[in-house]
Amino acid sequence: MTDKIISINNLKKKYGKQVVLNNVSFEVDYGQIVGLIGPSGAGKSTIIKLTLGMEKADSGNSEVFGIHMPNRKILSKMGYMAQSDSLYNSLSARENLLFFAKMRELKKEDLDSEIERVSKVVDLTDQLDKKVDNFSGGMKRRLSLAIALLGNPQLLILDEPTVGIDPVLRKNIWTELGKLRDNGCSILVTTHVMDEAELTDRVALLIDGNIIADDAPNNLKQQYDVDSIENVFMKAEGDM
Amino acid sequence: MKTLSISSRILKEIFRDKKTLAMIFIIPIIVMALMSYVFKSYNSTDINIGTVNISQQVESNLTKVKNVNVKEFKNEKSAENALRDNYIDSFIIYKNNDYKMVHANIDASKTSMTTAALSSALTQTSLKNMSTTLAKISPVKQHQPKIHLTNEYKYGSSKTNFFDKMMPTLMAFFVFFFVFLTSGMALLKERTSGTLDRLLATPVKRSEIIFGYSLSYGLMAVFQTIIIVLFTIKVLDIEVVGSIWLILLTTFLLSLVAIAAGLLLSTFVKSEFQLMQFIPLVVIPQIFFSGLIPLNSLDNWAKVLSFIFPIKYASEAISNVMMRGFTFTGIVIELIVIILFIAILTFINIIGLKRYRKV
Ligand SMILES: Nc1ncnc2c1ncn2[C@@H]1O[C@H](COP(=O)(O)OP(=O)(O)O)[C@@H](O)[C@H]1O
Ligand SMILES: [Mg+2]
Repeated sequence: MTDKIISINNLKKKYGKQVVLNNVSFEVDYGQIVGLIGPSGAGKSTIIKLTLGMEKADSGNSEVFGIHMPNRKILSKMGYMAQSDSLYNSLSARENLLFFAKMRELKKEDLDSEIERVSKVVDLTDQLDKKVDNFSGGMKRRLSLAIALLGNPQLLILDEPTVGIDPVLRKNIWTELGKLRDNGCSILVTTHVMDEAELTDRVALLIDGNIIADDAPNNLKQQYDVDSIENVFMKAEGDM
Repeated sequence: MKTLSISSRILKEIFRDKKTLAMIFIIPIIVMALMSYVFKSYNSTDINIGTVNISQQVESNLTKVKNVNVKEFKNEKSAENALRDNYIDSFIIYKNNDYKMVHANIDASKTSMTTAALSSALTQTSLKNMSTTLAKISPVKQHQPKIHLTNEYKYGSSKTNFFDKMMPTLMAFFVFFFVFLTSGMALLKERTSGTLDRLLATPVKRSEIIFGYSLSYGLMAVFQTIIIVLFTIKVLDIEVVGSIWLILLTTFLLSLVAIAAGLLLSTFVKSEFQLMQFIPLVVIPQIFFSGLIPLNSLDNWAKVLSFIFPIKYASEAISNVMMRGFTFTGIVIELIVIILFIAILTFINIIGLKRYRKV
C-alpha cells in the first residue's frame, strides 16, 4: 500500500523485440495534475494501458488506489479518455454519454443530471441530440472528455486530450482540468506538446521508454537552468 | 443488465446502418430467388430401382436401361424399408393388374429417370406381346390391354427439381453467411474505432460484451431466419413435410454459431479488407462439405473433415425435417452438436477478449 493514487514500479514492456518501456517507475499524488510528456512513440500510451490493466507488463507492477492492477472493479473509479476519439458515430452525443454512464455503473437516478453536468463542462449542451457523425473534430474531442468526466471520478486518465484541437479550446480544457483538480480530482495526462507541461503540478519526461526527469515544472527549469520545459527536454536529451 | 444496454446500443447502430440492414434482410432473398431460377435442370448419376412382383420380361428390359440398377424385393414392405433407408430411389410394384411406382423423390431428376425407365421397359414388353399375339391369332381387331401407371411421391410432386434438394443447405448457408459477416464487421469496427478499448476501461465484464453481441445479432437473426424460411417456403413454393418451427429453431441456432464465429474471426484480422479475405477460407469449404455435394462420394479424410463444419449439421437437420418429416427427436443430435458449437465458440470469444484487457 502507498499513499499515492497511482504508483508504477519498475515497469518493463517489450513488443516483440522492441523495448517500449525500460524500467519505468513513477507516481501520481492525490489531488495533482501529473503530466507525462514525450515525443510520439515514447511509450506514453503504453504506460496508460499498463496502468489500466489493458496490457500486461513483462516485469514490474502498477497499483491504482493501492490496488494491484489489472483489476476490473476498480475501473469504475476512473475516467479514461483514449487517444483516439472512440465514439459511436451513428449515435447521438446523448446516447454515447448514456451508454458509457451505464457501463460506468452510474446510478439510474443520476444519469440525466450527470449528462447535463458534463455536457455543460465541455460546452456541448446544445448539441446533445446531434449524431456524432456530424460533429467536428473539436466537438468529438470534447464529447470524449465529457465521457471521461461522467460520475465525477476521483482519477482521470487522459491520453493526449488536446491533440488536434484549436488553441482556444485547448486553453479551456486546461482551465477545466485545473478546476477539477481544485475539487480534489487527480489527473494523469499525456501530451507531446511541451508548453502544456507548464500547466501541470508535476511532469515526467519520457524518451524512448525511459523517464529522464520527474519534478514540478519550475524545479525542472531551475535544475537545468533554462526558461522552458522544451529546453529542459533538449538539455536532458543531450545529457543522455 | 449491462448485457442489455450493450445489445440495445448495438441494435440502435444496426437500425441506423442501411448497409447492414440490407445485408441481413434483402440480399439473401435476392440471391435465393436468383438461384432458384437458375437451377432448373441437372443430370444425375445412377438410379437404384426396387421391383416387387414384376414379370421377368419387364425386369430384364428395365435392367437394359442405361444408368439403372434393379434390385428385387419380396414384398412391398421390404421395398418400403429400403426406400426409407435410402438404399433405393424408387420401387415398382405390380399389384391387381396395375403397376405402381413409389419414389423417395429426394432427388427429383432421379424420379423422372425412373418413370422414363419403366415406361420404356413396359412399352418394349407390350410391343413384343402384341407382335406374338398378332402372329398367332386371326387379324381381328383386338382390344389392347391398357397399362395403368401411377406415381406416388414421398416428397414434393413431379415438379420437384434440383433446387429443392439444395434448398435446406442454401437456407442454412445464407443464414450463416450474412450473420457471420455483419457481426464480425461490427466487433471489428468496435475494435478499430477504439470504442472497445474505451468499453474495456469500464468495469464491464468481458462476457457481458460477448453476450451483448450475441443477443442483439441473435435478435436480428430471428427476423432474418423467419424471412428467409417463409420466403423459401411460401414464395418459392417449397414443400415442407415436417414442422416449420423445427426448421426455424435449427436455422436460429445456426445463426448463433455464425455470430460467435464472426466475433471470433474479427479478433484475428486487422481490417475489414482482411476480414473479406478470410471469407473464402471460412465460407467456401462449408458450402462443399454441407451437403450440396453428396458426402458418401468423398474420401475418408474429407468425410472426417466435414464433421467440423456447423452448416453440415444444420442442413442435415433441415433437410430431414423438410423432406422426410423428421420430428424433434429425429434431429436432436444435430441440434445438440450445433449448441456445442455455440458454447465452445462463445467461451473462446470471452477468453479471447483478454487480448484487449487482462481481467
Ligand atoms: N500493440 C502493439 N504492438 C506492437 N508495438 C506497439 C504496440 N503498441 C505500441 N507499440 C509500439 O510501442 C511504442 C510506443 O507506443 P505508444 O506507447 O503508443 O507511444 P506514444 O503514446 O508515446 O506515442 C511505439 O514504437 C509503438 O510502435
Ligand atoms: Mg500515444
